[in-house]
This record gives sequence, structure tokens and C-alpha cells, in this order.
Amino acid sequence: MTASLLLRSRLLAVALVLALLLVPPADAQDMLRADAPDDWLIQNATVLTVTNGTIENGDVLVRDGVIEEVGQDLTVPSGLETYDAGDQYVMPGIIDAHQHIAISDVNEATNPVTAEVGVGDVIDPYDISMYRGLAGGLTTIHTMHGSANPIGGRNETMKLRYGETDPDAFPIEGAPRTLKFALGENPTGVYGERRNMQPGTRMGVEQVIREALAEAERYRDAKQAYQNGERDRPPEHSERMEVLADVLAGDIIVQTHSYRADEILMVMNVFKDFGIDDLVFQHVNEGFKVAPELAEFGAGASVFSDWWAYKFEVYYSTAYNAAILTENGVNTSINTDIPGQQRDLYHQAAKTQRYGDLSDDEALALITINPARQLGIEDRVGSIEEGKDADLAVFSEHPLSIYTQPLRTYVDGVVRFDHEDDPDDMRLRVDPEGTAPPVKKPAHAGGAHHPHCLEGAVLHATEEGLSLKNGLHNH
Amino acid sequence: MHLHSVFASLLAAVLLALPPDVEAQKTPGFQGPFALVNATIMVTPDDTLDNGTLVIRGDSIAAVGPTVAVPDEAREIDAEGLTVYPGFIDSGTRLGLEEVGSLSETQDYGEIGDLTAHMDALTAVNPNSVHIPVNRASGVTTALTEPTQGRLPGTAALISLHGYTPEQMHLGGVKVTKLNFPSTGRTDADDNRSQEEIDEQAQKALDELNEIWDKAELYAEIDGAVQEQPQSRRTPEFVPVMEGLLPVIRGEQPLLIAADAAPDIESALDWAGEREVLDQVILSGATEGWRVADQIAEASVPVLAGSVLSTPTRDSDRYDKVYANPGLLHEAGVEVALRTSEVSNVRNLPFHAGFAATYGLGKTEALRAVTTTPARIFGVDDQVGSLEEGKRANLFVTDGDPFQPRTSVEHLFIDGYKLPLENRHTELYDEFLNRNPGLEK
Repeated sequence: MTASLLLRSRLLAVALVLALLLVPPADAQDMLRADAPDDWLIQNATVLTVTNGTIENGDVLVRDGVIEEVGQDLTVPSGLETYDAGDQYVMPGIIDAHQHIAISDVNEATNPVTAEVGVGDVIDPYDISMYRGLAGGLTTIHTMHGSANPIGGRNETMKLRYGETDPDAFPIEGAPRTLKFALGENPTGVYGERRNMQPGTRMGVEQVIREALAEAERYRDAKQAYQNGERDRPPEHSERMEVLADVLAGDIIVQTHSYRADEILMVMNVFKDFGIDDLVFQHVNEGFKVAPELAEFGAGASVFSDWWAYKFEVYYSTAYNAAILTENGVNTSINTDIPGQQRDLYHQAAKTQRYGDLSDDEALALITINPARQLGIEDRVGSIEEGKDADLAVFSEHPLSIYTQPLRTYVDGVVRFDHEDDPDDMRLRVDPEGTAPPVKKPAHAGGAHHPHCLEGAVLHATEEGLSLKNGLHNH
Repeated sequence: MHLHSVFASLLAAVLLALPPDVEAQKTPGFQGPFALVNATIMVTPDDTLDNGTLVIRGDSIAAVGPTVAVPDEAREIDAEGLTVYPGFIDSGTRLGLEEVGSLSETQDYGEIGDLTAHMDALTAVNPNSVHIPVNRASGVTTALTEPTQGRLPGTAALISLHGYTPEQMHLGGVKVTKLNFPSTGRTDADDNRSQEEIDEQAQKALDELNEIWDKAELYAEIDGAVQEQPQSRRTPEFVPVMEGLLPVIRGEQPLLIAADAAPDIESALDWAGEREVLDQVILSGATEGWRVADQIAEASVPVLAGSVLSTPTRDSDRYDKVYANPGLLHEAGVEVALRTSEVSNVRNLPFHAGFAATYGLGKTEALRAVTTTPARIFGVDDQVGSLEEGKRANLFVTDGDPFQPRTSVEHLFIDGYKLPLENRHTELYDEFLNRNPGLEK
């Protein structure tokens, strides 16, 4: 047997063993939701449409995963599954505009500009975090590249179709592409502080972005010139420049990690110079200081409910950020960023009624229709309206009450979380190495399965809760 | 004299003559006496007065009841439609020991070294930390603040969330010695040690702990002998960590054992039994406490559970296990208080309690877990935790259920001081809600 044949047969053996190990548990058929219906009549609920008020004693008719009718006393079409939601609340499936779950890599922290990469290439269908999100009424996530680079990689807007095993089953068909930008301490820490290269300051961050966009303009123009016959050869192909040219063309929504007011203004100025309109700021802890400017630009803001002081650039923060932005006319959402925290967005939204004076609908919009608009998917999700996807979250009490419990979550009409019937262990795949004891402390930060961009490089869950490690993530 | 300036002088005179307005929150804290009238008063979690009066004199509650007379000199606060609650107690934080999470120069909870039992968290508490007014605005008036690093990080202290020196903040002289019990759990997802390595290292750590404990017992014995006969005995060499352990070895100070994984909790209980310190042990964290709840109950060890708003320890666990943990412990007969493990968001303690209530603990028991129960565990139930006559006036007044996010806290008292509710977060709100100038200047 030749060496390569030996290797191949060994690989085959390993593959067979793996295949055996990957066979789902006995009751996995239900967990995969393979034969689950996507036609439903949900009855007698308090329906929180978010965009069209509240319907007491309301029904929602779902056909082929789409909301067909919303109203009262709808007739039950024969043979249709019904769910009696008497005394319960139905709201649109929740959207987390900033997460890092369900992907196996986060940060291509090797260059200040990496627009060519995308987390859509590393989707992990088996991440239990998706199920835990569903158990909090979450149905859509914007799972993002990290924040090491002033211009990072592409993000992915996905449905939590947990139970599907094909990575391609998750991205929302037709959702606009989005690209990560990052400002402030994270890129200056990764490049200036640790590698002694630009950007080491917020001045440098601006110039990295300007240089990349200027280069993209020339690339685009050169391509155009070639197509017009004004040039002999096209420019040398660059995937990075292709993506940035699409940003210039308005085909990609830029999602910018940001904290301080000055850097927020900086990006808006740069974008005005390059004629780019589609812009959402992420974290944006000091957004409240420049709310009028954000509103004038038409930029979105996706914020934390009340996290602050985990680094210096968020020391001068306020939990009233979402309320101030909303009252100033900025399209605002609340996100969770940290894997593990994606389960209680309904509670995070409720805090805007303590830190500010938002109405129920305004508070719920922060986790439904507003993030849908920021991701360009408001025609599909974010409210309970006829013709939209049947992404629905059923709660025992009003979702803004501390005493509420998520009971059922529908994605495209399929029940993918059921408080009553789901087994405790919802893993679709048992990792033979993963039977070891639990982490010492599942602290505030969650399981730390993935780094995320709260601190850009790595944030570790420790006994103390949130804790920073200055090293780069190297998964 | 112009009529205008006469009016202005009169106005100034009137303003100067006014006492500090009780409602004017921007004044610094000041003591009464105060009388909260027409109030719903939660005296204890299972005893609520519907229309009562609570009188605060000096640092204490002077009277509470349905027919209490309002003293003439008292500032009266009409609490019609409002409810008075005892100040909440967070049983595990690093409050005052950390200012900015990423800047080690602002952090004083982790001393260098594995055996630093002589470190005293209280000494490093910054009374003027920006976090303190932010956090007390949700009704948290008391917190255990802890050192964290190494096997024996030092002593944690119970503090009031008001005061200008650590001593003024120190509540009831409560200090507890912390032990991070050797863990068989993984530290995080990047912890790639094999099971054998983990077990080996945990065993080694346990052996080292036993060794240090043997020495500490011997040190205490010698120290005791010297104190009995100072003339005839030679004073042993001063060993700081041994000095630090003396109060525990002598049974004078509680031992706070941090353990989260179920096997570690079991080992900790066994160890404490063997070392005859079980009756001093308070278990902290205990995220997997529900797995061994019966053993904890059997050992009669109280638990400071949390954080509640946290993720299950194992991927195979039900999504809500950590929310349910306090309820499951209580059901097994364990005395449970709650901790946030926070600094900047200790203010979320009511929400941790609310989630625990929702997932099995129930509202009354959740209220106990942030009031009377921790007061009892820390041995200060004669001072805080309820609104009974003679106790410290640590209380807050709300327009609704204190666990509900939409509820606002209207008044706050710590040690009889009526404290401003303003803090960095509200000040920025006031300044920026309608920024002036807006777009045009």
C-alpha cells in the first residue's frame, strides 16, 4: 500500500468513525424539525404587531411559512394545525443586529483592510447558541466579523433555522450584504499598540479608511474605463476592491463598530465625501452625544442596553442612549454582541422604559422592525404583517415584563423552540471531546465560545465576569 | 430701586431661606428626620403594610406602622401610590475595586500571588467610584465586594453604597475570607487540557490547599500558645498569609468558598467537613448547585448564587438552567441569596432576582434572596434586610414592582441619608436628550 493510499484509507476510517459519532441522538428527528408543519393558526393571543398596534384576542394565520392573515376570530381552515395562545402574547420574531454566534471564525486580524473575507464562509449549523437564542424569541441574527480592522470582513444576516444541517440553509435569501468597519481602541490596539503600525490613533483609522475607499474608486474607474474601451487591460482583479467598489455603489450596508462621538462624526464625514449613504453604527455608546447629526445623516444606531465601563472609550456612557437616540429620530436597535447574551433581548429592550420613557411599541421596535431596517430586510421580517415571514415569538406574559417566559418560537412558520416539548439536551451533534466538565464559570460573558467585538480582540468569560485579554483571538 | 430688582432681591431672600428641598435630588445626601406617609411598606417579604408611616431618625428607622405619629420636625414625604422596600443586598461584586474593565491600573481586586489571604478588599474600595451612585439608583444599598485572584485571594467586605471613607461604608464589620476552591472545570472554551491533566492539576491544587491549611492550623496553635503565655514562648516568625487565615482557623470569620462545577461543590463540602470549618462556609457562585442541591442542603451551607442572567455551564443543559438554579436550590432546602458578580451593572440585581423569581424561585423568595436572607447569612440581620424599627434606614421608594424594568425608584435612603438619584447616566440624559445647540450653532 502506498503512503498516500494508506493515508486515504486512514482518512476514510476516521471519516466513518466521525460519521458514527455524528449520528444524532434517538429523538433527534424532532430536533431537526424535518417534518414540522409551516402552516398554523395561532389563536386568542394578544398580538403585538409592533407596526400596527396591538390586537387583543387576535389570531395569526400562517401558510407556507408566511403570515397570510392577522385579525380576530379567523376561521380555521380544515386540517390546519392550531395553537391556542389564550392569555399569551405573540410578537414578531426578535432580531439581534450584532452577534458572533453560529460561525467558527470571527476576526481576520491580519491586515487593517480585509473586505475580501466573510463570515458567511464559516457558518456552523451545530452551534447550540442558535437554539438558546430561539429560546429567547430570537429568529434572526446579524452575525458579524470582528472589530480588529478598520475595514473588516462581510457579516451574515441569518435565520435561526436550527435543525438544518446545511450551512447554506441559514442566510436570508436576498438580504443585502453588509460589511464591518471598526474604529477606536480595537484597531489602534491591534495594529498601533501591538504591531507598531498604522493605525495607532483615531487619525490613522480615518486615513486607512480613506485610502482604501480612494483605491476602490480608482479600481472601479479603471474597470469602467476598460469596459468603455478606454483602457487596454482591466485592473488586476482584487476581491477586496470588488467589495469596496460595491460599498461605493451603495450595494452594501456598512456596519461600523464605534464608541466615541468624534469617530462617529468622522465616518459620516468620510462617507459624505465618497457619496456613501448606507451606514449603521454598532455599539455607538456615545451616539447620544451626536444624535442630531446621526438623524440628519440618516445613519442607524445599534446599541447595548446598559453595558458600559468595560473599557475607557465607554466610561462616559449612559444607559439612556437608546432613548435619547430614539427621541432624536435616529433609527435605533438594541443588540447583544456577546455569545450567550442573545437569549434575553426582550429584557434588554424593556430596560429602555427604566432608562428613558419609551412606549411599549417603541421599546419592542428596538429589537424587531428597527434592526430589520438596519439590515435592509424590513420587507420580510420585523413586524406581524400579512405577507411577511411567519417569524413569531410567543410569550407567557407581555415580553417587556420581567415575569415573562418565552414559550414558542416560529421561524418561517416552523416551531423551532417549544418550551413544553423540547428535550433538555438540544445538541444536534455530540462532540466526543466535549464531554469534559463544564467551564469553571459561565460568567456574565457567556460561554466565550467565540470572541466578539465588544473589546475587539478577545473577551474572556472568567470568574469575575467580563474580563479582557489583550491577546488576539487565535481560534 | 426698580421694581424688578426689588422683586429679584425678595426672590433671592426667599430662595436662601428655604431649607434644602427634600425633592431637590441635586443636593448631596443629608439626614432627616424624615417621615414617609401614606406608603405601602414592605416590612419583610411576607409582611406588607398597606397605608403606613415610616419615620427615619438619624441613621435608623425610628418607627414603622399603620398609626405612627409624624414628628413635628420631620420632613414629610407623601408616598401615596408608592411602595417602600428594604435596600437590596448584592452578595457578590467587585464594586469600588474596579473602575474600567480593560485598564488594570484601575483594578484592585487581584493581587499577585496564589496565597494572599491577608489582602483586605476594604482597604482598596474607592468610595467615590462613579459606579456607586449609578448602581444604588436601582435600590441596591449594600454589596459584598470581593478580591478574586489566586487560591486564597483575601477578605471580602460588606459595604454600604454611601460613605466617604471605606470605614464609613463598611457594614457591620463584616469580612469574609475567600477561597477559590480547586476546580475540575474548564476555565473557558480555550482551555484545551485533557481530562487527565485537569484532574491531576485539581488534585495537586487540593494537596497544596491541605498543606497550607495544615500550616495555618499549626500557626494558629502556636499563636494561641504565645498569646496565653507571652513571657515563656518565643513569638514565631510573622507569616502574612498565615496571619490572614487566623480568623478563619479560629472560627471567628466565615469562609466564602467559590465553586461552580458540581464535582467541585461536592469536593468543597467534603473538604470543609474534614477541616471542620463546614459551619463557617458560605458557598458562592454555585452555578451547578442544582445538580448537587440535596448535598448542599444536607450540609446546611448557605449559597450566594449567581450571576443568574447567565448561560448554562454545559451545552447539554436546558437553556434556562442558570435562571432556574436559585429556585431549584431553594426547593431542596438551601438558603439562597443572589449575586450579580458585577461592577458596572450591580444595578441589575433586581433583574437577576426577577429572572430567578420567574424561573421557579417565586417573587417572595426572590425578594428574600436580596434582603433578609443575605442579611442573615452575613450576620447583620439585626441591622439590614427589613424595615423594622431600630434597623438601619437603608430603603428605597418605587412607583411599582422593584423587579420590573419599567418601575422607577423615586427616593433612596442609606443610613438615614436621603441620597441623590443623579449619577453619570442620568446627568448625560439630562444634558443630551435635547442637546443645545442641536445641529446649528
